[in-house]
Amino acid sequence: MRFALIGQPNSGKSTLFNHVAGYKAETGNFAGTTVIYTESKILVSGEKVNLVDLPGTYSLSGMNPAEKVTLHYLTSNEVSMIINVVDASHLAQGLGLTVELLELNKPLVVALNMMDEAIREGMTIDIPLLQTLLSIPVVPLVASKGRGVRNLFVTAHYVAKQDNPPKRLTYAKDLEEIILEIAGNLDGKTAILEPEPFAIKLLEGEIQWQDQIHEEYPQLPPKLKRAQLFIEQTRGQSADWVISGERQALATNLASAVVQQGERRVSWRDRIDDILLHPVFGYVALVLIMFLFFEIVYGIGSILEAPLLDFFSHLEGFLDNLLGADTLLGASLIGIVQGIAGGVAIVFPYLVPFLLGLGFLEDVGYLPRIAFLMDTLMKRIGLQGNAIVPFILGYGCNVPAVMSTRTLENRRDRFLAAALSTLVPCAARIAVVFGLVAFYLGPTIALAIYFFNLVVIAITGRILSGLLPEKTPGLILEMPVYRIPTFRTVIHKTWFRLHEFVVEAWPILIAGSLVLAILIFYNLDKILNTFVRPITWILGLPAAVGLPLIFGILRKELSLVMLYQALGGVEFSDALTSVQLITYTVFVVFYIPCLATLAVLKRELGTRNMVIITLLTVVIAMIAAQIARFLAIILL
Amino acid sequence: MVMRLLDVKSGKKVCLMDFQGSRGLELKLRQLGLVRGDTAKVIRHAPLGGPLLVECKGRRIALGRGIAVKILVEEV
Repeated sequence: MRFALIGQPNSGKSTLFNHVAGYKAETGNFAGTTVIYTESKILVSGEKVNLVDLPGTYSLSGMNPAEKVTLHYLTSNEVSMIINVVDASHLAQGLGLTVELLELNKPLVVALNMMDEAIREGMTIDIPLLQTLLSIPVVPLVASKGRGVRNLFVTAHYVAKQDNPPKRLTYAKDLEEIILEIAGNLDGKTAILEPEPFAIKLLEGEIQWQDQIHEEYPQLPPKLKRAQLFIEQTRGQSADWVISGERQALATNLASAVVQQGERRVSWRDRIDDILLHPVFGYVALVLIMFLFFEIVYGIGSILEAPLLDFFSHLEGFLDNLLGADTLLGASLIGIVQGIAGGVAIVFPYLVPFLLGLGFLEDVGYLPRIAFLMDTLMKRIGLQGNAIVPFILGYGCNVPAVMSTRTLENRRDRFLAAALSTLVPCAARIAVVFGLVAFYLGPTIALAIYFFNLVVIAITGRILSGLLPEKTPGLILEMPVYRIPTFRTVIHKTWFRLHEFVVEAWPILIAGSLVLAILIFYNLDKILNTFVRPITWILGLPAAVGLPLIFGILRKELSLVMLYQALGGVEFSDALTSVQLITYTVFVVFYIPCLATLAVLKRELGTRNMVIITLLTVVIAMIAAQIARFLAIILL
Repeated sequence: MVMRLLDVKSGKKVCLMDFQGSRGLELKLRQLGLVRGDTAKVIRHAPLGGPLLVECKGRRIALGRGIAVKILVEEV
């Protein structure tokens, strides 16, 4: 049995999912963070049930790919029942989706979430009346505090067992006549939906299904065309438009029937935006918040990093004494330890605090505010404000950054945002910047590299958007009310993201480190170094850095971890000049995304675009490193 | 007097009259609860050609200038 969770962005759907699903979840306060669905097994009334968290969506009539995917998934046999999470404090808009879900022939329960919010807004909701009007169970809920969750799933389980699909609501008379007429041509053979709801979706212009009926009912498409034309002539608007308008009207009527609006209590949350979105103070606050954020993250990171690195260098020394680095076993073991150390000592101190901080900012609801403030700037590089999210996420890890581009509506924006966000130095690359430049040359130069990175991204953005001149539609973004994040959801989210790293990236890191140790043991590293020699030569770097660069494609931190080995275990500052350190670091910051990012790029944008972005990053890295090198020669 | 939402000063309340953009735009606005005939309040304009913050039915929505220019309103 499988329950599907669906709701509009910011309805608290993911919070609910997190509450019941354990560690396997990702929540967001940001419109559509949950673009990939997440699944978890839960126990309801003594039965194991699969719970699927679907992307947040305002409707299913599909402008973006996530909506289409959701519609097709919900109508498939994989889903036995639907739990529709609705924000009680914005009932009229939320019920629009409910009306649409009633048409899917699947058992349905409405979870009326954020009841506390609704009460604060001075609303009284007549839940029994709403149940009667919708003819499905409606369960009040405060997901953030876990109130009503148990009741919801017990109800959902009962409804699923009954397997009694709800009745759809009826539209205006003229529309119903047309729907019946089209439905009369369908004999249920399509089996996706009942004839009437199927007719509605066809009238709305569901392309994939239209193609399907083309084969089964060759006489239907012309009738459909005529019906759509008729609606357009009589109503003055296109059919999909009229239908979605009808749904919204039904939802508004439902809401006004069941909601009694009382006095609204003005709270601190209404005041916060006066400062955080203020034309002057807003930016001051943004800089302060970001400064604090990174200060705390790296503060914690640097406190933890030194003792951890100490521990591992002792361990290496111990292994060296015990087995000797000149035996294959000794060299391999030291290689493995270095791989583990790379994960523990360099990435964890930074990644954990970063993800905790990001989860907090996300759940507070600050990310959309950043989008609001940064819209002007983002427009200059050919994007809109909400494309700032991939960039911010990129500072943690490029993988979620590329994934989050799925919330952007057109392909061009997605490509542009993905390409640019891979240039953002992720935690691993930041570790390289810190480990090399900040450590040996001081924080000022590390900061200069950050700034240089921003300039390069801006210039690349301008050039790319010049090459792809299509205009972005402009920002439309909901600013959700500020919420105090619950400890539980932030921890869950951090764990979930970390889990991905531990399971997928760390083994590669350890294996890579081992392979390198063996290569060096057999003196095979020279061959690989020759292979990338053209690049290292142009940049004025020693041939030995070739290998760390190659392994850096596996995981970025390898280009730091392995540099130590590749240079023969001496201090970086002895083997490389300051200029070389800077050149190397800048090249590492920009060149080829890591394997995991490449995999996501391929999934999100296709192989062709992945290759284009990869080549692009190499070109950018070469140019940027060369510029940095000459700047360093002049200025140092 | 009918005017563009973009030209409405902060703090003013307006009635949404017409959307001149594509259907997709109007659909998206509708999903966020911005429908013809609704009353909306312009909370603030972001500086330097940034977006507008609009409140409608208790929801706060940021609209880029390119969007706001396509929304015709009348002050109330």
